[in-house]
Amino acid sequence: MPQIAQLPEIWSSQLFWLLVIFGLVYFVIGRGMVPKVMDTVGLRDKQIADDLAAAQAARDAADEAEEAWRKRENANREAAQALVAEAKNKAQAATESKLAQVQAAIDTRLEEAEARIDASRAEAAAEIETVAAEAAQDIAARLAGIKVTKTDARSAVKKAMVHG
Amino acid sequence: MHQFTIEPWLGANWDVAGYNIAFTNSAAWMLITAVVLWIFMLGGMRRQLVPGRWQMMVETFTGFIDDMLEANIGKGGRKYVPYIFSLFMFILFANLLGLMPLGVVGLHPFTFTSHFTITGVLAIMSFLIVLTVGFWKHGLHFFSLFVPSGTPLIMAIFIAPIEFISFMFRPFSLGLRLFVAMMAGHVLLEVLSSFVIDGWNAGAGFGLLVGVPSFVLMVAICALEILVAGIQAYVFALLSSLYINDAENLH
Repeated sequence: MPQIAQLPEIWSSQLFWLLVIFGLVYFVIGRGMVPKVMDTVGLRDKQIADDLAAAQAARDAADEAEEAWRKRENANREAAQALVAEAKNKAQAATESKLAQVQAAIDTRLEEAEARIDASRAEAAAEIETVAAEAAQDIAARLAGIKVTKTDARSAVKKAMVHG
Repeated sequence: MHQFTIEPWLGANWDVAGYNIAFTNSAAWMLITAVVLWIFMLGGMRRQLVPGRWQMMVETFTGFIDDMLEANIGKGGRKYVPYIFSLFMFILFANLLGLMPLGVVGLHPFTFTSHFTITGVLAIMSFLIVLTVGFWKHGLHFFSLFVPSGTPLIMAIFIAPIEFISFMFRPFSLGLRLFVAMMAGHVLLEVLSSFVIDGWNAGAGFGLLVGVPSFVLMVAICALEILVAGIQAYVFALLSSLYINDAENLH
């Protein structure tokens, strides 16, 4: 085993070079480079944490803004609904009054028309009576040779018309 | 066993105060490991906010060590990240580089973690850190480490020496574990490869009977060795951090 066989001649050189080279590794790499690498990692972790915090803050702000917007929106909607309801009520009232006016106008015209019709009917009935009386006078004169007075004929006609 | 032999590449007669410090193949592979590790770490120095694959890989390793120390030591573990990271990555890269099939291009990898002169020094380094931190933070109170909390006095008399021995054994177990695991793996691969070569040399029959199964086994064991390379580096770093935890947070 050379490790033991060569021990007397190599131990000093092994020790010396190990101390020199491991010392170099320790000071150049361990103390020089490793802290920088770890700093980079730490910086990155910090940056990530900061970014996450910023994102969280932005999200909270957005939530707040949304809440405020929602409140405003609800108020606006209520106001709009109130406005619409008022307009609707107004329109309904206007329509009702107009309808009433029109209805009244139509009613009066209807009444007038009915009165006119009644008058015409009465006139027509009187005319029919006259014509019927004259016809009855004529018929009586021609068939029976009886001279019937106008008043008699008229009363007879009236009686017949009432009995139907 | 030739693969574990240390040969001086430069300055076979460089002496400092009577001690030889020749630049050997072992030292060369330590340097290669350090340079490869440095190149790997360069990928983590791009410091982009959105990391690429390479930077991500480096950050995964630092994060892994950071998490391990935080889990084992707590908030105070962060100051040991440079040491544990250097230890873990140095051992990991050494183990993995030693497994590279560079022999194909004529360059023979040398796994310096298969030498207890290396693993032992690394283990002693961890052990010294434990002692320094322990006595620095807790003074002589650090000796209460050998008396687990809640031990009755009579039991403590027996338990304290046992705890002391187990404590003093830590650097040995730490260093030997890595050295043995790396050496065993390489020896196993060498034995199996010698089966393949000797089997075919003995004829086609032996080649088919011994060489082919050995080769298949070698492929599987290579995968296992890559796993072991990672696990041993992890175990070394984990145990070091656990020992440091004893010193940092005395019960």
